[in-house]
Amino acid sequence: MAKYIPPHQSKFGQVFDVLVVLALTVGALYIPLWLKMAGATKTPAPIENPTWEALGQNPTMVERWQALGYPDPASANELITARFDYSFDWLALAAMVALVVGYFVMVVRFSDKEYREVINEKFGEKR
Amino acid sequence: MAVAEAAGAVPHTERVSLLRVLGPAHVWALGVGIVLVGEYMGWNFAVGKGGAYAALVACWMAGLLYTCVAMIDSEVTSTVAAAGGQYAQAKHIVGPLMAFNVGLFLVFAYTMLEAGNAITVGFLVDTVAKMAGHEGVDQRPFIVLSIMFLAWLNYRGVLATLTFSLVITAFAFVAILVLFFAVQPWSADSPLRHAELITKELPYGWLGVLAAMHFGLWFYLGVEGTTQAAEEVRSPSRALPYGTMASMMTLAIAATLTWYICAGLMPWEYLGQAGVPLFDAARLTGSTLLMWLLGIGTLFATLASANGCINDASRAWFSLGRDHYLPAWFGAVHPKYRTPYRSIIFLVPVAMLFALQVPLDQVITFSILSGLLGYTFMPINMIMFRKKWPLDTIKRGYVHPMHPLPALVLIALCGLTYFAVFLGYGTQLIAMMTFYIVVSLWFHFWRYRFVKRSDQFTMPWPRPNGY
Repeated sequence: MAKYIPPHQSKFGQVFDVLVVLALTVGALYIPLWLKMAGATKTPAPIENPTWEALGQNPTMVERWQALGYPDPASANELITARFDYSFDWLALAAMVALVVGYFVMVVRFSDKEYREVINEKFGEKR
Repeated sequence: MAVAEAAGAVPHTERVSLLRVLGPAHVWALGVGIVLVGEYMGWNFAVGKGGAYAALVACWMAGLLYTCVAMIDSEVTSTVAAAGGQYAQAKHIVGPLMAFNVGLFLVFAYTMLEAGNAITVGFLVDTVAKMAGHEGVDQRPFIVLSIMFLAWLNYRGVLATLTFSLVITAFAFVAILVLFFAVQPWSADSPLRHAELITKELPYGWLGVLAAMHFGLWFYLGVEGTTQAAEEVRSPSRALPYGTMASMMTLAIAATLTWYICAGLMPWEYLGQAGVPLFDAARLTGSTLLMWLLGIGTLFATLASANGCINDASRAWFSLGRDHYLPAWFGAVHPKYRTPYRSIIFLVPVAMLFALQVPLDQVITFSILSGLLGYTFMPINMIMFRKKWPLDTIKRGYVHPMHPLPALVLIALCGLTYFAVFLGYGTQLIAMMTFYIVVSLWFHFWRYRFVKRSDQFTMPWPRPNGY
């Protein structure tokens, strides 16, 4: 197999490629967070006129809350009542599975195509 | 691997390479140093996702996942001893696009972990300032300073950097042991009150146990980073498996002790969102000495971790540049310090952006997701490795037992963890997958044209079966 000679990449081209990777990083990872589109689904559900008993705290727990800087039930109300929402849509779950599996299938298949070129150039065409 | 290749992008006539100066203790320090911070912060978000017992189950399930990772990684790394670790493995076993992705997994897992460490330094300074009566301390200068200082250390040289890590990692580990003995779990006077504090065993039921696997990974995430230093280790086939396994054992002990102490000292609702749980545990003992010890331990653990992260992320980025997967400019080695200095400097602003702008749990989630994608690659890699080069075709420094069982267990546990991240952080999972899909298409259809084909295979191995 003839040895593949890559094209020369200019300095401008190199800088442009780095900017593309940076833009993808910031665009995909940072901007969704910045726009508050992503993040934990944990939300507090504070109760009215909270007492330690109403918040389900026993004397040992109360002693520890106070030692940690939460002197009264009102100050710990949000922390104690915050819960994750684990309800989910099966369709969304199926989409997530398809995304992860599809990604790996795509990467392995494209890699295999590239790998055959590498092996053929390194060891010669298989007879 | 011909390390002299590293000089390819250096504008000097002398060809330079990375120095082979590290022993098993440095490998242990690199593995534990990156991860030990996981005991000082972040693991406790698993308590928030499922309750105290769910976090313990997740801790052990994640321990099993990482044991599989260590077994698989030790075999492949003892054979593919090159800078970039899993990246070099992917290049030789699966192909260039997979290698490009693995390089990015490593860069983002470590850069986000570095950002998380810097956030914790800022949080610790703020907590201590509040205890001293100073409200409203600006955390940002401390975040910037810690990243800049460690980047400078890494710029100056790997031996000094990892020796620094060895010392501060040992201190942070001993601090956890001292706290355990100080709370005297065997004594009636112990402040540990598991029975009174864990009254709701599973607040979210068994779904919470699954969900806790998300942050359960944090107990060990990054231990596979030991392989990043493969080109700088004196005896890779001996030091890498030994150092990685020793790291896993150290971490399993530290993780269990940490859970036991913290779950017995504070309510799970507090523990599930605490910024510095071991420091809080020390506060609850009422001992000023322990507070100082665990405060310094937290600081040292975060610095050691960030230090290892800069080391690993920059080497992965350096390898991508050296192979022209990214512009070759990044593949340069410093002519005097012989470190990948351009990669070190380039990643500093990326770490700072996330450290200064994104909350800790979300930075940690990005790090975990990149790590998780890397762990999903490992069983694929292992199965292909044994298929393309059966045991009698090339000599391994270490052969892991019971193949393919560890690979299958690992892939099953990875599947569970994707579901765990989906519970509560599904949008971030989709954002990250979208990023990797788009960047893969960019590489395959554009960037790959600049890659020299046969240079991607440098091992003295025979032709792979089936090719």
